[in-house]
Amino acid sequence: MQEKVAPTKTGPGLIRKFFQLDGASIALVFVLLILIFMITAPKAFLGYRVYMSFMATVPPPLIIALGVTLVAVAGEMDLSFPSIVAAASFVFGILFKQWDVTWLALLCAIAVGAGMGLVNGLVVTLLGIPSLIATLAMLFLWGGLVTVLSGGIQLAIPDIYGTTMHTMMVGRIGGVFPAQMIWALLISAFIWLLLNRHRFGENLLFIGDNLEVARVVGINATREKIKLFTLSGALAALAGVLLTLETTAYFSSQGMGYLLTVIAAVFIGGTSIFGGSGKVVGTVFAAFIVTVIEAGLVASGIQGFWTRFFIGLVFILSVTANAIIEDPDKVPLARMLRARMSKH
Amino acid sequence: MADQPIVRLKNVGKSYGPVVSLRDVSLEIGSNEIVGLIGDNGAGKSTLIKIMTGVESPTSGEVFIRGERVDFSNYSVKRAHELRIETVYQTSSLGIKQPLWRNFFVGRPLTNFLGFIKVREQKRISEQIMRETIGFRSAGIDVDTPVGRLSGGERQGVAIGRAMHFDSDLIVLDEPTVALALSEVEKVLNFIRSIKENGRSCIYIEHNIHHVHAVCDRLIVLDRGQLVLDCETKSMSYTELVDFLRDLHFRDDQETKIAS
Ligand SMILES: Nc1ncnc2c1ncn2[C@@H]1O[C@H](COP(=O)(O)OP(=O)(O)OP(=O)(O)O)[C@@H](O)[C@H]1O
Ligand SMILES: [Mg+2]
Repeated sequence: MQEKVAPTKTGPGLIRKFFQLDGASIALVFVLLILIFMITAPKAFLGYRVYMSFMATVPPPLIIALGVTLVAVAGEMDLSFPSIVAAASFVFGILFKQWDVTWLALLCAIAVGAGMGLVNGLVVTLLGIPSLIATLAMLFLWGGLVTVLSGGIQLAIPDIYGTTMHTMMVGRIGGVFPAQMIWALLISAFIWLLLNRHRFGENLLFIGDNLEVARVVGINATREKIKLFTLSGALAALAGVLLTLETTAYFSSQGMGYLLTVIAAVFIGGTSIFGGSGKVVGTVFAAFIVTVIEAGLVASGIQGFWTRFFIGLVFILSVTANAIIEDPDKVPLARMLRARMSKH
Repeated sequence: MADQPIVRLKNVGKSYGPVVSLRDVSLEIGSNEIVGLIGDNGAGKSTLIKIMTGVESPTSGEVFIRGERVDFSNYSVKRAHELRIETVYQTSSLGIKQPLWRNFFVGRPLTNFLGFIKVREQKRISEQIMRETIGFRSAGIDVDTPVGRLSGGERQGVAIGRAMHFDSDLIVLDEPTVALALSEVEKVLNFIRSIKENGRSCIYIEHNIHHVHAVCDRLIVLDRGQLVLDCETKSMSYTELVDFLRDLHFRDDQETKIAS
């Protein structure tokens, strides 16, 4: 008897539990999207190649988006990453070209990115400029600096192909699977732990939730934010090196294409635009969604310019949906509709 | 040693730029007493306790904790916690999007040597605090519930439970009954009495004079940053206290009229 009753009781509970899982609903959207493109563009989406190419191209923007997710959790924003990507790529490329170093070049590139992030953090906390504006200014400042220091050159480093470092970072495992995806997943797991299980992540959650509360419970918000922007810079730098390794080239506007996709990935993934909560798993899936939409629309025969339009549309819709889930009163339209409904 | 006051303020002043919040305040908080802190909006009550609890430093004067002079370059909320001083703030000291198990331990989570939080242990202790210390019975509330879903009274319960858990000598309550229903207020008053029964001290900031007079051993009145009364509750009846505060108000009005 009891066994027959049990399923009806746990059924809806299980569904609810599934949606409470970090990133579950966004994973569902991802699967749906793939299914749709399998119908509209079967040639591309029924083969494995397109998925391998996603796993080669998504890691850099994903790694940046992981850093920006933490920044958004603290109620801040970091828009400077395209220039950090360029700076790190340049440092890496030039060191390899001049001295033939690989791992050392990677370390230097990450150190430069972290240093730039540190300066971002100091500008935001010491000058008290809202980070959206401060990092937009830093985007130009760093971008200009890199172009000037590099003399505006482009670098091609085909020789990097075949080095141990290249194989380990962006080689193809078994001839097909891009190694950078493994790194991206490891970093995702690390960032998940940092946000959800580490005291640093908890401090960020409370800073983004309510700065005054963070202060009175003894969290040093200035120090934590400086660490945060430094980490964001280091991750952007790593992404830059991965990009340069994959394309074996550097040019100064290299990171610019990520500006929209990274920010979209963070907020489509369900991280709160108001701060105080973040979804790392959501960011991982959303980074794929953005790329898949781009590729899927093109493969379905829709003209290239439309992809930006659709990503913008998906961005605004999902951010609104996430905000309504979080607190309907924060979305005026939802508030008005609800007031209407309750009148009848 | 036992007779040392827990906190002693000597000629403490605090200004925020041109705004003077506290002027030359000297007072003592002894062990095992409930002290009521009264004053108009903006009198400097919150400022006073922020100085005691390491959130702000004074611009002049000295603070002693158990006889030892506080070095403000080195005094913080963490240090105050180490000195067994806990605070429940007026505008809630809780992160409303965060679950209860985080809010109980925020600022001093139980971590391993790498800084990772011992989530299971925090949840277990949080559950214990909820059941035993604050007696939560509300259905549908567990340690994973975000604080935003709790009622005002329940939120104060969480903040108070937290202060109780971290075995403190002095618990500061800044308007803990604000926006609470009458039955909830009674709970908070009972809690304040239990602080004394536990042998601890409490500073209780409250606008409702009736409540203050009912539970406090001693009364301190601040008026525009200055200490204007410090006496045993016994020495003043409720009506005398109300009259005193009304006169204060009246005098203020007179002064502003003359000034303008
Ligand atoms: N951070 C600050 N910056 C500038 N002025 C401040 C700051 N904090 C407090 N003040 C000023 O100090 C004075 C005392 O404020 P305080 O918050 O201590 O008053 P209070 O007695 O707690 O009032 P209430 O009963 O309304 O809570 C007020 O005039 C206030 O404007
Ligand atoms: Mg106050």
